[in-house]
Amino acid sequence: MVGIVSFGGYVPKLRLQRSAIAEAHTWANPGAAGQGKGERSMCNWDEDSVTMAVEAVRDCINSSDVNADALFFASTTLPFLDRQNAGIVSTAVSLGEDISVLDITASQRAGTSALLQAFAGVASEQQESIIVVGSDHRRTRASGSQEMTFGDGAAAVQVGSENTLVDFLGGHSRTVDFVDHFKGAGEEFDYNWEERWIRDEGYQNIVPPTIKQALDKAGVAAGDVNHFVMPSTIGRAVAGVARTSQIPAEAIRDNLHGVCGDTGAAHPLVMLLHLLETDAKAGDIILMVGFGQGADALVLKVNDALASFNVSTGIVGCLAGRREENNYQKFLAFNDLVTLEKGMRAEKDSKTALTVLYRKRDMLTGLTGGKCTQCGTAQFPRQDICVNPQCHASHSQEPYSFVEEQGQIQSWSADYLTYTPSPPSHYGMLTFDNGGRFMTDITDVAVGEIDVGTRLRMVFRIKELDRNRGFIRYFWKGVPV
Amino acid sequence: MAAGIRDKVAILGMGCSKFGERWESGAEELMVEAYEEAIEDAGIDTTQIDAAWLSTHNENVSVGKGGLPLSTSLRLPNISVTRVENYCASGSEAFRGAVYAVACGACDIALAVGVEKLKDTGYGGLPAADNGTLAPLWAATGSAPGNFAQLASAYRAKHNVSKEDLKRAIAHISVKSHANGAKNPKAHLQKAVTEDQVLNAPMIAEPLGLFDCCGVSDGAAAAIVTTPEIAKSLKNSDLVTIKALQLSLSNGSEAGHNSWDGSYFHTTRIAARKAYDEAGIKNPRDQVSMFECHDCFSITEMVTMEDLQLSAEGTVINDVMDGFYDADGQIPCQIDGGLKCFGHPIGASGIRMLYEMYLQIQGRAGERQLSNPSIGLTHNLGGSPMSNVAAVCIIGAG
Repeated sequence: MVGIVSFGGYVPKLRLQRSAIAEAHTWANPGAAGQGKGERSMCNWDEDSVTMAVEAVRDCINSSDVNADALFFASTTLPFLDRQNAGIVSTAVSLGEDISVLDITASQRAGTSALLQAFAGVASEQQESIIVVGSDHRRTRASGSQEMTFGDGAAAVQVGSENTLVDFLGGHSRTVDFVDHFKGAGEEFDYNWEERWIRDEGYQNIVPPTIKQALDKAGVAAGDVNHFVMPSTIGRAVAGVARTSQIPAEAIRDNLHGVCGDTGAAHPLVMLLHLLETDAKAGDIILMVGFGQGADALVLKVNDALASFNVSTGIVGCLAGRREENNYQKFLAFNDLVTLEKGMRAEKDSKTALTVLYRKRDMLTGLTGGKCTQCGTAQFPRQDICVNPQCHASHSQEPYSFVEEQGQIQSWSADYLTYTPSPPSHYGMLTFDNGGRFMTDITDVAVGEIDVGTRLRMVFRIKELDRNRGFIRYFWKGVPV
Repeated sequence: MAAGIRDKVAILGMGCSKFGERWESGAEELMVEAYEEAIEDAGIDTTQIDAAWLSTHNENVSVGKGGLPLSTSLRLPNISVTRVENYCASGSEAFRGAVYAVACGACDIALAVGVEKLKDTGYGGLPAADNGTLAPLWAATGSAPGNFAQLASAYRAKHNVSKEDLKRAIAHISVKSHANGAKNPKAHLQKAVTEDQVLNAPMIAEPLGLFDCCGVSDGAAAAIVTTPEIAKSLKNSDLVTIKALQLSLSNGSEAGHNSWDGSYFHTTRIAARKAYDEAGIKNPRDQVSMFECHDCFSITEMVTMEDLQLSAEGTVINDVMDGFYDADGQIPCQIDGGLKCFGHPIGASGIRMLYEMYLQIQGRAGERQLSNPSIGLTHNLGGSPMSNVAAVCIIGAG
């Protein structure tokens, strides 16, 4: 039976305290004070939907022993409008070039639609296994109400037909051009209509019939749903749909507003993973809904195998690995919501030679170095002649991935001179346990947190933004283990 | 086995511009300023120069490419001019070109000029490095102070030195250089500082504060070299000859192989060993009278004293704190103020170091003159600790 065979999640480490947002805006909007509770996840300056997707997919494939032959990337905040973003992800996690990838976008239900397509693809035996990743980093105007409710995050599930953790029983999609919000081409931000109308005319009228058809196809009664996964930031919208659909109120899942915020197209998947990592038991029925110009409803059933599934980090692990951020100005800066004086050092042109990026794609996107077949030395980058002073063999190296390698800091500095969007720039010599080293940028650290001997692992991040051309350079950085 | 260049080449004349924020001068004027002093010191005419070398690093914010800027500024007699660039060791590279030309007999008299105009960028510090198309796609986002600062963390870990002890030692290095620079009318920074000032300065790159970093200066330096025989025939002054000149370049092992611990300069050790062999120096700590090292940052100077075999490994902090390298110590270091205070116009620095050693050996160093120095060493380094160009030159009387 078709179902989910693995999953992995990612939520950025930074958690902006909503009290900090409220404090900044109560002068103009006294009502903001009441919303200043809990925290929302927040991308570091070097994270976007692609980097989060990479981390979620890594987390997913670290728990899987099945190779995927397709990758679907669902997001409404893809950094490239014309460059397959899913291809960046598949290259970064070294899924190989014999893979079919697809960006699925333009609706908040892109995540659930991608998952439905994946189930269909595997069921029809077009593909053996498909990874679906949802990831969103939604920007809002400063002081917009979504600033409080949105979060940043990603979740990946691998769909297959053998050894499933969760089975897909049936699903249904309904398409209605109900424009609760939109973002026109070239626009920076969403334009939103009134929430009460969205709740009463949108959710209430569009979702229940979709659910009914999905349950009918799956042969499941509404009253048998154990877990109802449906994101919405609008008060009582989910409860209203559950009531109308006769789904037990206690089945409604926490939308993680208090600890994460709504992660857009990723959020049904983020909520699903949170459920699978916490409360889901064998035999449980899950109803999952994505809403946006219609709705998707998916009915799933938990298998015994879930209990023995080894979650690598998961949503729960990411939620635990948090750092409180109380500086709202930093949030504005990281999201390009304020015009900062960056200094002349920031004027340096960052044009990327696309020929070089292509020639070295396994190195730059996939963090693949070399291992000498003569002396066994792992090294980065891979060059024609071995780096080992005792070897220097020529053309002796095989590709060697550093993605999952760890090591320790041999030397480091926190640099206030060089331009970085988040000073000081931390970097240092990282020596890998199994050989190889290079001077690496170190991210997600505060002053005083690293020293010689600090253990690091690698993460995929934005290296530099080419604002003159709208290009993004990605590379890998170290973060403390 | 090649015989090397010991005693084959003499310095006929040298010149050095005032270093500093030379708002009124471009690279063209700075080259003339250094050259006019050198040609007067040499006692020759421009038409007697057979070939010239020009060193400059950031040509894009300075003179531009090629040898033409030197040929044109000095109105050289249509001779060959070669522009060289080897990071911050470019000055030593230009000098090497001129010295080799004379040593091999191709030229009787050769000129080396180094220049850098750094204060046309609009901001402090060095211009951002421009290093090809691949490196920017993956190399860590850093600056020179951040790269060199890493010596401190690695040295502390290797030798079990506390943060405070290391910070105090590198502060002493800067205090010493400021005291020396205060006696040098050509120095960029001519003001003495206290240890407290150094310790409490704003942080640039952990653990280096403002006073741990050298000046970013405009300036030029020039050397005219010839054979000892021609030098004797042209001048009556004491002969100063080149005893050794060695360069060593990283081949990627420090940056890419785990055999390097990050606390020293692999290349400096090699260049120093070869230079001492070439010069016939068996015990550097006893035989070197004085030296100018590449003190781009105080921590660079500190570890270099060990790399040059002047302090035993792991003991330099004691020597520094004991005043061994102070102006009245056993081996005065940076007697002209060093990069720290004389300043660091990149392409000129290697030749500037030689200028001070040359003046000292000839007894012409004014208020900062040491008593009877006979062997002077210069150490000129470019790049970063993990990947660099190290030049060691030894000159001496006779």
